[in-house]
Amino acid sequence: MPAGALTGSRIRERRSFLRVKQADLARSVGISPAYLNLIEHNRRRIGGKLLIELARALDVDPAQLTEGAEAELVSALRAAAAGDRPGQSDPAPEPERIEEFAGRFPGWAGLTARQARRIAMLERTVAALTDRMTHDPFLSASMHDVLSTVTAIRSASAILTETPDIDPEWRARFHRNIYEDSQRLADGAQALVTYLDGAETAETGASSPQEELEAWLGARGHHLPELERALPATPESILHEAGLATAAARSLAQAYLARYRADAEALPLQPFLAALAEHGPDPARLAARFGADLPVVLRRLAAVPAAEGEEPLGLVICDGSGTLTFRKPLEDFPLPRFGAACPLWPLYQALSRPMTPVRAVVDLPGRRPARFLTYAVSQPAGPPGFDAPPVFEATMLILPESRARLPDAVVLPVGTSCRICPRRNCAGRREPAIVAEEG
Amino acid sequence: MGKRVLVIEDEPNIIQAISFILSRDGWSVDTHSDGQTALDAVARRSPDLVILDVMLPNRSGYDILQDLRADPATADLPVLMLTARGHKKDRELAERYGASRFMTKPFSNAEVLDLVREMAGG
Repeated sequence: MPAGALTGSRIRERRSFLRVKQADLARSVGISPAYLNLIEHNRRRIGGKLLIELARALDVDPAQLTEGAEAELVSALRAAAAGDRPGQSDPAPEPERIEEFAGRFPGWAGLTARQARRIAMLERTVAALTDRMTHDPFLSASMHDVLSTVTAIRSASAILTETPDIDPEWRARFHRNIYEDSQRLADGAQALVTYLDGAETAETGASSPQEELEAWLGARGHHLPELERALPATPESILHEAGLATAAARSLAQAYLARYRADAEALPLQPFLAALAEHGPDPARLAARFGADLPVVLRRLAAVPAAEGEEPLGLVICDGSGTLTFRKPLEDFPLPRFGAACPLWPLYQALSRPMTPVRAVVDLPGRRPARFLTYAVSQPAGPPGFDAPPVFEATMLILPESRARLPDAVVLPVGTSCRICPRRNCAGRREPAIVAEEG
Repeated sequence: MGKRVLVIEDEPNIIQAISFILSRDGWSVDTHSDGQTALDAVARRSPDLVILDVMLPNRSGYDILQDLRADPATADLPVLMLTARGHKKDRELAERYGASRFMTKPFSNAEVLDLVREMAGG
């Protein structure tokens, strides 16, 4: 089991650090050295009294033995390993030792994670540039223009050189053509250079527009007080301050701000917070109380600030193709940065049953046992019409255990993304995992 | 020779240059600059050979080529496609759609003459 999978390693490390013999430590907590040996090699899970006694004997906080490295770092390392393509003679990263690596060398592990992110970013830049070279209509039209002009100049100048007996009228015409074409070539080349210079500073896709927007929202805590006021700030002024680098991100942000404001008008902050304090984060009751649509309530719950000492709520939205279009991750519920998510998520259940609200308790693998209460619903995005099929959008709110009383329901085991998911015999598996599968 | 060639190209100075060298070689040269009406021009002039640029206003040279090949009257008409250098896709498409030969810009006058003579002789 994942919970405290490496508690044993940490005990062993701490004991070695203190230069205590295994037999001595075992005796001091009243177990056999052989049993302690099994514990230290992570072959036996421990908890409760024995853990506390071992922690006391080793003079550490029990949590230090069970929690170890930051979940986010481990998850970043998993993602880095997932993207790795080792050569034939290269040893592959050892998935079962990720936590040990992160725990023992947090600095180096952090470096690895940061580098993996940077590499992914650079790869996307290269892909974006290649794409631009291949598909950019301006470049391709300019190229054609330059080549056509060069062809005309070449042809005309060859005629002038190779035809000594050319008629004076024709000679004058070709001279004029060459002159005009050389002018055009100069202008075309100038335009091309200006364009390429501009492209260098413009959007190279260093991070996707969606990530850019999410990074900004993350920095703002996903709450925008200037849009909560009766007379809200204009989207332009907010965008100006946001300083988003790309036009694509600004356009995404514009749509986000418009929706945020509409949500805030449907569910004004103060009454909503009061109702939230009264009913708790129960989307159905809040929807009934305010006569609002469920997706609006779900989005609003993720956008209002969490009270002092409360964990925030996560939110994820996908379109009809399952592509995640919005992500507000939680520390213990990481959302995949690229590619598709776990098909077992209630989000996708909701997508396949439009208009039917789904409530489910989910359990994420790895690390500490992490359970979450999720509410999901799929509804048409945009106004209804008779001329086109509706486009559905599914929304899922994620509540950490501390924010919800988990209903007495079957716990749904889910993951983040197949590549880094250890679930064995999973009906939803798309591709093999690169992490060790669960026993 | 007295054979007729139709040059479908929108770049006036290229048209002039090609017209000049082909006329001196004994061809009777007609020209056309618009993609949309290119097929009509072919039907009207009934040339022995067509020089067809890929990038034309209003209609692509590929579409014109496909229509020429689909019509029994022009299915075997020799067509010399002009493509822009460096566009490998252009060449592949030109071949797939049944261009007799293709030539990449910037070409030389000698290349034009050689290819046109070869196609007319074949």
